[in-house]
Amino acid sequence: MGENTNIEKVNSFERQKNREEMKRQFILFASMIIFTILAFLLVAWDMDRTYVIPIIIVLAVIQVAFQFFYFMHMKDKGHEFVSILIYGGAWIAFVMAICFTTIIWW
Amino acid sequence: MSLASAQKKGFGAILWDYLTTVDHKKIGVMYIAAGAFFFILGGIESLVIRVQLMVPENDFVSAGLYNEMITMHGTTMIFFAAMPILLGFMNVAVPLQIGARDVAFPFLNALGFWLFLFGGILLNLSWIFGAPDAGWTAYPPLSTQSPGHGTDFYVMALQLSGAGTLMGGINFIVTIVTMRAPGMTYMRMPLFSWTTFVTSILILFAFPAFTVALFLLMFDRMFDSAFFDIALGGNAVIWQHLFWIFAHPEVYILILPAFGIFSEIFSVFSKKRLFGYTSMVFATFLIAFLGFMVWAHHMFTVGLGSVANAIFAVGTMAIAVPTGIKIFNWLATMWGGSIRISTAMLWALAFIPSFTIGGMTGVMLGAATADYQYHDTYFVVAHFHYVLVGGVVFGIMAGLHYWWPLMFRRVLNETLGKLAFWLFFIGFHLTFFIQHFLGLMGMPRRYWVFLEDQGLDLGNLVSTIGAFFMAAGAIVFVINIIYTAVKGEKAPQDPWNGRTLEWAVPSPTPFYNFKQLPLVRGLDPLWIEKMEGNGKLTAAEPLNDIHMPNGSIIPFVMTVGFFIASLGFIYQYEYPIAYLALYGGMAIGIGGMIVRSLKDDHGYYVRKEELEGEVE
Repeated sequence: MGENTNIEKVNSFERQKNREEMKRQFILFASMIIFTILAFLLVAWDMDRTYVIPIIIVLAVIQVAFQFFYFMHMKDKGHEFVSILIYGGAWIAFVMAICFTTIIWW
Repeated sequence: MSLASAQKKGFGAILWDYLTTVDHKKIGVMYIAAGAFFFILGGIESLVIRVQLMVPENDFVSAGLYNEMITMHGTTMIFFAAMPILLGFMNVAVPLQIGARDVAFPFLNALGFWLFLFGGILLNLSWIFGAPDAGWTAYPPLSTQSPGHGTDFYVMALQLSGAGTLMGGINFIVTIVTMRAPGMTYMRMPLFSWTTFVTSILILFAFPAFTVALFLLMFDRMFDSAFFDIALGGNAVIWQHLFWIFAHPEVYILILPAFGIFSEIFSVFSKKRLFGYTSMVFATFLIAFLGFMVWAHHMFTVGLGSVANAIFAVGTMAIAVPTGIKIFNWLATMWGGSIRISTAMLWALAFIPSFTIGGMTGVMLGAATADYQYHDTYFVVAHFHYVLVGGVVFGIMAGLHYWWPLMFRRVLNETLGKLAFWLFFIGFHLTFFIQHFLGLMGMPRRYWVFLEDQGLDLGNLVSTIGAFFMAAGAIVFVINIIYTAVKGEKAPQDPWNGRTLEWAVPSPTPFYNFKQLPLVRGLDPLWIEKMEGNGKLTAAEPLNDIHMPNGSIIPFVMTVGFFIASLGFIYQYEYPIAYLALYGGMAIGIGGMIVRSLKDDHGYYVRKEELEGEVE
């Protein structure tokens, strides 16, 4: 009997955690959609380019971060190596983008 | 499949076995064999180049053929000789070194090999239909305006084999992350496994840039786009950036596995654990990291501006630091060790001074202001042959001698091995050392002829004589292979008194590698067991059924499909009938992908009872 209650306890703990995780996923999913709508609206509103472009880039960075950390579970344990690879890849892509914008198409 | 059925088989059965195999050891051997074949082709091309440049104003080959020779020599040696042989070593050694039964994606592994092989065949088919002649760097507008189909062959062949290499890289990353034996932590991995891992990461990040560049070139040449056409608003420098973003890491993709091989050899033949293991791992990562931020040092004279040049010059020189760490670690590994100078060790010893010269000239070239003098002269040719031959080819030769017993159950003859070494070593320095001075005297790269009485005659003659010494060394090595095969003396299971897991498996290596996965107690696991245990590895699991992947012909069929489609792409803008090959080949290739996706293949089990019957 003792064992069973233990398992039930673990189960209820797991369930609690899962429920919170699910809640978070929903909130993030909704915020992702809102961010996307926001980006489209900014363009539709005919605002000044100098404001629109940086805002859209910031929104994009936030969305990519949500994607990686929550939907692709990079925040969870056991993803250290994946994180290193993704940071490495992001760094290389960043260097390439800097190169193209500064010394090719300046 | 029964264990006993591996005996006596007809030629057809053996051929079928190799066409369908997903066994990493067989794929590794095929990589090395195919790479050796392309190495010979590239070597013959280099001899043609050297004969042409033996005397002033020679007309051994025509100017056009000479351009094809230099292009094919570079492309073949980098993509179809050095890379596959190193991938072959990775396949043969890494799963054994980390205590795995196979790689993570055996099917992908086979597909990667066939794509590489057919890419190589496609490139060399161009000898019949007109070879590429825009240099291995294929800079536009030279490459976009190159007449005939040569550059099309270059594009499609590298696209095919590049896809294969990318698969190999992904495969090794996953294998090393997920399939290490119990107790084999990251910091207990042999250095060759480490360099394989870092190399695979480099492949993963570098090859996509090249894939993109090749697609742009392909569209410019075949479908009238204008990415590189300045007249239509394109920019030819984009190719140079994309190419070198890939091709600079590419040289580290070549040299890092060689560093790993040397690390193994220095440690084994000095009978000492590798000095500064942690710093070796750290230096490997640092080289990989810096290697992505230096590509523009190939483009100092393009006119990027002094700020960009300065940044890339500093980055380039910074790479000398981790490389220096490695050189000193190897020296310290030998210090006080009980050194055995076998042929493998001889190649490794010769590597240190040769590669250091190449590294030193690298720093010279990295100084942007000085580079305006060296750029596109024979100084550059001398530099990169010192790192690629003195580093990579010496590493391949050392690795062949070191792992030959593991692959073929024979120990290569030491006398012939040493003879080959000395011929090659002397020839190598004779060929390339003098090219530094030819370059400093102003002899440009890639020129078909040079004029007499400009101080270049003697140097070029010496260089050509050296090339023939190298060829003689290669021939002695081939004789060595035949001699040991004919003599048929079986190699002992652990001929070098090894330290790592690949020397703990029975000889010949069973297709499942380890009957029971070994328990790893530290760095150099076999050596620990030799010193503190009974010389055998403790099993980490009870004897159980072993799950193995099924062989498959699909990788081969898919590759043939893509090969035919490539030919279709090359000829479609001239002959509409080539669309038949294009669509037909694509149908075969994609059909193979569909079959692979829809058909479940769960592999098979080697039963416990069968394994118990096997004697160690």
